[in-house]
Amino acid sequence: MLFRTLSSALLALLLGIATLSFTACDDDDKAQPNKGELDLEFENVVGTQALTLGQAYTSTNGDAFTLSKLNYYISNIKLTKADGSEWAEPESYHLVKHDQTSTRTFTLQEVPTGDYTKITFTIGVDSTRNVSGAQTGALDPLNDMFWTWNSGYIFLKLEGTSPQAANGQLVFHIGGFKSPNNTIRSVSPPLPQGTVLKVRAEKAPAVHYKADVLKLFTGPNVIRFAELSNTMGGPSSVKVANNYAAGMFRIDHVHAD
Amino acid sequence: MHLAALHRYYRQLLWAGLLLIAANCKPDKDAEEPLGAPTPLELTAPRGFPRIPATPDNPLTEEGVALGRALFYEKQLSGNGTVSCGSCHQQSKAFADDQALAVGIGGQRNRRSSMSLANVLWEKDLMWDGAASGLEQQARIPIENPVEMHQSLADGVRKLQQTSTYPPLFRKAFGSATITEDNVLKALAQFQRTLISAGSKYDRFLTNPSVFSPDEVQGFALFRTHATGTTRGAECFHCHVPPTFSGPYNTFFNNGLDQAFTDLGRGGVTGLPIDMGRFKAPTLRNIALTAPYMHDGRFNTLEQVLDHYSDHVQLNSPNIDPNLGNSPNHPSGRMILSTTEKRQIIAFLKTLTDSTFVNNPQFSPPTP
Repeated sequence: MLFRTLSSALLALLLGIATLSFTACDDDDKAQPNKGELDLEFENVVGTQALTLGQAYTSTNGDAFTLSKLNYYISNIKLTKADGSEWAEPESYHLVKHDQTSTRTFTLQEVPTGDYTKITFTIGVDSTRNVSGAQTGALDPLNDMFWTWNSGYIFLKLEGTSPQAANGQLVFHIGGFKSPNNTIRSVSPPLPQGTVLKVRAEKAPAVHYKADVLKLFTGPNVIRFAELSNTMGGPSSVKVANNYAAGMFRIDHVHAD
Repeated sequence: MHLAALHRYYRQLLWAGLLLIAANCKPDKDAEEPLGAPTPLELTAPRGFPRIPATPDNPLTEEGVALGRALFYEKQLSGNGTVSCGSCHQQSKAFADDQALAVGIGGQRNRRSSMSLANVLWEKDLMWDGAASGLEQQARIPIENPVEMHQSLADGVRKLQQTSTYPPLFRKAFGSATITEDNVLKALAQFQRTLISAGSKYDRFLTNPSVFSPDEVQGFALFRTHATGTTRGAECFHCHVPPTFSGPYNTFFNNGLDQAFTDLGRGGVTGLPIDMGRFKAPTLRNIALTAPYMHDGRFNTLEQVLDHYSDHVQLNSPNIDPNLGNSPNHPSGRMILSTTEKRQIIAFLKTLTDSTFVNNPQFSPPTP
């Protein structure tokens, strides 16, 4: 009796081990039939030119400048179908750093398959996460975008030089989530006319955005470097935020898969 | 069948099964008797610190860390047996040293100063110029550098293999008494990842603000404030980011020491014009213990450092960090701190000294 019980226990154990030994190293994701992926690409440009750090450009207002740094947060990404139903990416925080090419493209995963007609995202970090203390991933305080203490994150950081600036330097650290100087902005740059994002299990469309640096200094507010070359939050940062909300980002094209 | 014999039989089968699993993942060619697996060691991130970075290719174990500690202080890893990692990274100096330029075998001078290893596990770029991006990769550089330890790691491995002490330690840590270069580097990395410094007065201040003197409070305010024209600020936090007070990941700065560069810093690694003269911002934790300061140790005191940032930044230096030449404190764009403000900032910097860290017996040379 004892022998028989132990035998069956042994058999179960061995079977378990056998199963484990076949699955333990099997790290292939099983494709889920109703989930797909969507790639987002951010190409930073200066008007019609590609952005190269250290290269000289001229703003729409005629100010000469070079950039040494351009970083910004893209967060809380939402996809909308024609019927108005929405999917929101969980833990949706992405940091684009121009000098790190790999950060300019990222993939939304486990997106329910379907036809999407709109993408919405926030430039910056929502107020909840601004005050959640030290975090990880894109929100790691050592990512060069954390102000620490009460002020939370820098949403967009642009640094460089301009002969028109008072001391020759440009420091635009745009952030702040408290009224009246809230700089969190959500945008939904439209898809090209007639384009639908068909997310399928076997197909990952890619949306290619262009982020135009010139639009930071023009739009609702004209920014001349002689008047503003150094802002870290506050009313001047709000002016820049209203500019980035108005037209910095546009969808240039979409790859179907 | 007798019950005890049955148990033995089952146990053997179970081992066979487990070995099968192991064999499936990674063929184990080692003919040595299996030892018990090393004991996993889990580090805990201090409050407010980023999560402990995962190191799946080199998980920490008690045996690995103990071996790494022995290797860290092992002079046989140098060409003439006189220098170890611990020679330039001394616990009493927060794992930096008191030399302007690091001293290698035969008294040779490095072109740069030793960096503190406090909280190095959170760094993504190592060395002043970010020449290495992981501890496992980094350790080979000073070991093989002719002006540092000056011995190929392969030679070091051969010397260790001939000792009676090291082969069993490697076997305990990595399952094989045959020493490899990879396992030397892994063990060194494991030990260095345990060097966490988070027990300073500043850390106590975060939960109990009353521990700071008025000067320390004011110094901290200046440290973390961007000047606006109506508020005075010293801008330190841009480059020395709490909680590590080290430079942000993958980010290098020209802090305006020179008009023309004798050391290209990051630019020497990337070749990019925009990186010329840029260096990693080192941690300020335990900064009062790690003089002289800067990549070339040119400043002997914190007072000289503050004088530099306040009054002497080379504003026309190529790639100068814009936060150093654009201060609303003064029309010149310089910070122009008062004597009192400098004293207050230094008072704050001294609160970053962590005496528990520099006295922790787990970090000292192991007793043979």
